[in-house]
Amino acid sequence: MLSQRSILSSSSSSSSASASAATSSSTSPPTSLVGSPEWRAHIPRLLRTLLPAFSLTLLLLAIFVMQPRAMSYFGLNLMLNLAVPIALATIAQMMVIAINDLDLSLGAFISFVACVAATWLNTHPVAGALALLACVGIYALLGALIHLRQLPAIVVTLGMSFVWSGAAILLLPSPGGSAPDWLRTLVSIKTPWVPLAIVASVVLALLVHLLMVRSTLGVRLRGAGGNAQAVAKSGVSLFKARVTLYAFAGVFGVLAGLCLVGLTTSADAGIAMRYTLLSIAGVILGGGEFVGGRIAPIGAVLGALTLVLAGSLLSFIHIAPDWQIGAQGAILIIVLALRTLANRIGARS
Amino acid sequence: MNRLMQATLNRQAWAARPWIWSYVAAVLVLIATWSFTGGAGAGELLSGALSFSAFFAVAGLGQMLVITTGPGNIDLSIPANIALSGALAMKVMNQQDSLIGLGVLAVVGCGLSIGLFNYVLIRLLRIPPIIATLSSSFLVLSVAIVYGRSVRIQPPEGVYQFATGKVLGVPWVALLVMLLALMMAILLKRTRLGWGALAIGQNPRAAALAGIPVERIRCCVYMVSGLMASLCGLLLAGFSGGASLSMGEEYLLASIAVVVIGGTSVGGGCSNVPGVWGASIFLYLLVSMLNTFGLGAGVRMILTGCIIIAVITAVSGSAVSQAKAR
Repeated sequence: MLSQRSILSSSSSSSSASASAATSSSTSPPTSLVGSPEWRAHIPRLLRTLLPAFSLTLLLLAIFVMQPRAMSYFGLNLMLNLAVPIALATIAQMMVIAINDLDLSLGAFISFVACVAATWLNTHPVAGALALLACVGIYALLGALIHLRQLPAIVVTLGMSFVWSGAAILLLPSPGGSAPDWLRTLVSIKTPWVPLAIVASVVLALLVHLLMVRSTLGVRLRGAGGNAQAVAKSGVSLFKARVTLYAFAGVFGVLAGLCLVGLTTSADAGIAMRYTLLSIAGVILGGGEFVGGRIAPIGAVLGALTLVLAGSLLSFIHIAPDWQIGAQGAILIIVLALRTLANRIGARS
Repeated sequence: MNRLMQATLNRQAWAARPWIWSYVAAVLVLIATWSFTGGAGAGELLSGALSFSAFFAVAGLGQMLVITTGPGNIDLSIPANIALSGALAMKVMNQQDSLIGLGVLAVVGCGLSIGLFNYVLIRLLRIPPIIATLSSSFLVLSVAIVYGRSVRIQPPEGVYQFATGKVLGVPWVALLVMLLALMMAILLKRTRLGWGALAIGQNPRAAALAGIPVERIRCCVYMVSGLMASLCGLLLAGFSGGASLSMGEEYLLASIAVVVIGGTSVGGGCSNVPGVWGASIFLYLLVSMLNTFGLGAGVRMILTGCIIIAVITAVSGSAVSQAKAR
């Protein structure tokens, strides 16, 4: 396992913590990193890792200056209410991006899950649960198909977006349905001191970090995206890696749909269509990259929160709704520009 | 032994022309539709296919050039570009035939500048084209929403006539696509830009070492893609009697699907002009076949998705065996 970690130490930028752990395991005498030349090499990685947290803090500060009342249990709850499904969707997208693919059907998939939850899961819980399990199975099958036939994931998932949308329309031709009571209660629990949305985001970020960054399985999966040849030679099946990642994406997509329908209490066939683009943007904002298995679970959740709060900020400073999409694009470009800047500074030092 | 060799040769000949599959698929769908309707409305179906597929093909040709330059290169700003260009054209032309020239100029400028903006983002921010064109499409869509919000403006008579008219039973737009496809083929096979794009798609490092101006060519490629998308926006607005914000939506899937179904390699370095058109015709015929069968919207969408995935699987399968044969 040690050898695999050192293969990956050059490609994993997921967090400074794991990177330094990997580096210290590859250089046999574990010296203090601070003060050594190695520390300088970590500056760009550190800057990149801190950037999502930095942009989120900046955004929060701006919101509190504009609207001091937002800094309360109620205000935060209101702003971050819909953050959890978006964070879950972002994690789902991250799983697919980890193997250098892109899922353009995620929004349609989450809409379909929401429709299932608002209809079957409510009336026939067993059938509903089986349908959701089947959804995860379909995701795993897609991963298998894409791997075996070497298909472009973009086209396959674009095709699947039609399939999910069509199925959602069949299930719920007009907006309606109603979420199961247990789901509604679950997502509206009043946690003490800190709103549920924040607690859930923190738990999600840490759990996925453990799964994808710290665990052996996670290292193997990311390695499959980072250096497929090296990982395959070390005896890991690339086929299994892709199928596993797609199944994970399906699981988190299902969770996102359940969470969303619990919050909105009813569904329609196009309820989550914008999640496709939001989730991609969230992964990128969080420091993930499209190639090389470089993913950052904590950053991805922060990125999703940033996108949600950006919407609130834009409405606080009275930007016309027409410009909101454009402003999101602009925020994306600014963050990416900052990241390039951070990389340049790192390269210079 | 001889027969075996003959079979291998035949197989190679088929594999060398992957665009044939898109036409085969189109003919199969056509036969299925005709056998359902008993041949009624056959002429209308064909001429409809020729005009509607033209819009897919125009946007697809630009996308094809971008995809040719290698893995990761893709233009997701096409739908937003179509929405903005359509609105811009209708506003500048202001229903007057005398302003058509000015409108076309405006559309060409708009398309080229969106392409240039995409490239600048990719180059300056060093981000993957997917996310660069995605962010720029957010901005372009916002501009289109703000700019094109006023009442729907009808196209001038000249544009409407061109977009819907026919000569000897063949739609003008189909002839335009033939012209554009021919130009694209010449561009790819006979110019430095085209050779460069193919070379970059096959091996960017080797291309750079061979002295090909990689960055200049990538810039041109994105600008051509922007130009094609905006021309598509103009034609579409002329055809449907005015621009609408959502008219570009389906072109995200369509522009990529026609390129891949048409036999262009997703890995880059190998493009296929006739295939784009065949795949566009197939895509239109597929949708109209499902309409003819009188299915509900949901079933229709499911079938569309499944058939696209099936065709992609079949087409890429032959590409895989072709690669193995080498």
